[in-house]
Amino acid sequence: MSLHPYFEIVVFVGVALIFPVMPLILAWMWRRFFQPPKPGAAKNATYECGMESLGEAQIQFRSQYYLYAIIFLIFDVEAVFLVPFAVAFTGLPVGAFLSILVFLLLLIEGLVWAWGKGCLNWAK
Amino acid sequence: MGDEIDEGLRSELQRQGIWVTSMQELYNWGRKNSIWPLQFGLACCAIEMIATAASRYDIARFGAEVFRPSPRQADLMIVAGTVTKKMAPQIVRLYNQMPDPKYVIAMGACAISGGPFKQGYNVLKGIDRYIPVDVYIPGCPPRPEALLHAFMELQRKIDNQKLSGPNKSDHLDREHPSEYPVPAFGKHDLVPRANPDVFRPPQIERV
Ligand code: SF4
Repeated sequence: MSLHPYFEIVVFVGVALIFPVMPLILAWMWRRFFQPPKPGAAKNATYECGMESLGEAQIQFRSQYYLYAIIFLIFDVEAVFLVPFAVAFTGLPVGAFLSILVFLLLLIEGLVWAWGKGCLNWAK
Repeated sequence: MGDEIDEGLRSELQRQGIWVTSMQELYNWGRKNSIWPLQFGLACCAIEMIATAASRYDIARFGAEVFRPSPRQADLMIVAGTVTKKMAPQIVRLYNQMPDPKYVIAMGACAISGGPFKQGYNVLKGIDRYIPVDVYIPGCPPRPEALLHAFMELQRKIDNQKLSGPNKSDHLDREHPSEYPVPAFGKHDLVPRANPDVFRPPQIERV
């Protein structure tokens, strides 16, 4: 009998699903049949370090944080792509080379812009 | 479910290779061997608590090495150190945020009574004024062995908790509160100075 080559993966996924879901179901049944839930103001509060909670957990971040996002993309995400690019450099077809150039160009544009805005200066 | 198994019958079965248990025993066995303490220390006693968790005393042998940084994941609060009046409301709030069932060990003279700083204007004279304490450890500071002993006492207590019947464990009792009022900062002291539902010191009767 020959099994499908992906059969083991299906078993793996099945076990990986059962493993976390079973305890959740057991916990839910435990709560349902034995242990009465006791919610309360402090228990349901947002913050959990002993201080009084202020406001909601679902807050919006200010749009000013876009600068951090840009700089993160330039210095972290770009590096992740640059390493495989450098490793495979000699064997790259023209199309792949051009597309990575476009990607770099887009990010360099962001770098120039952030530089011009003075984000890279040390705060004095 | 909560019915006790006859000891004679159990050992008889065990001799035949059959292991009998009850829901209650299984539940308590699991709970008592995976008590996760809340990770916080208040004063010098916390150093002893840290030593207890480190390799020499190794509280991991009792399944309690997983110190949780969030009250939402903790079963046990080890009040290790001096509770100042500024800190007391935060501790009560942390206790309130822990899910049931929850236990408290008051570690050291400070946590159980104010200790050497009892006369201090800003020291709470025992955390049991606001939250129920399960095990008290005297000492200044108690040695790690003392904390381990308290821990084993707590395990013994958990082992004896009932799942059903009139004496069932507090966390299964719908009426038993899970949160206690957080004291507020008053003009001179915390208000109220103690929670009468929790704090019942022995009365001295003079005749
Ligand atoms: S009981 Fe002693 S060792 Fe523990 S916190 Fe108080 S003063 Fe420090």
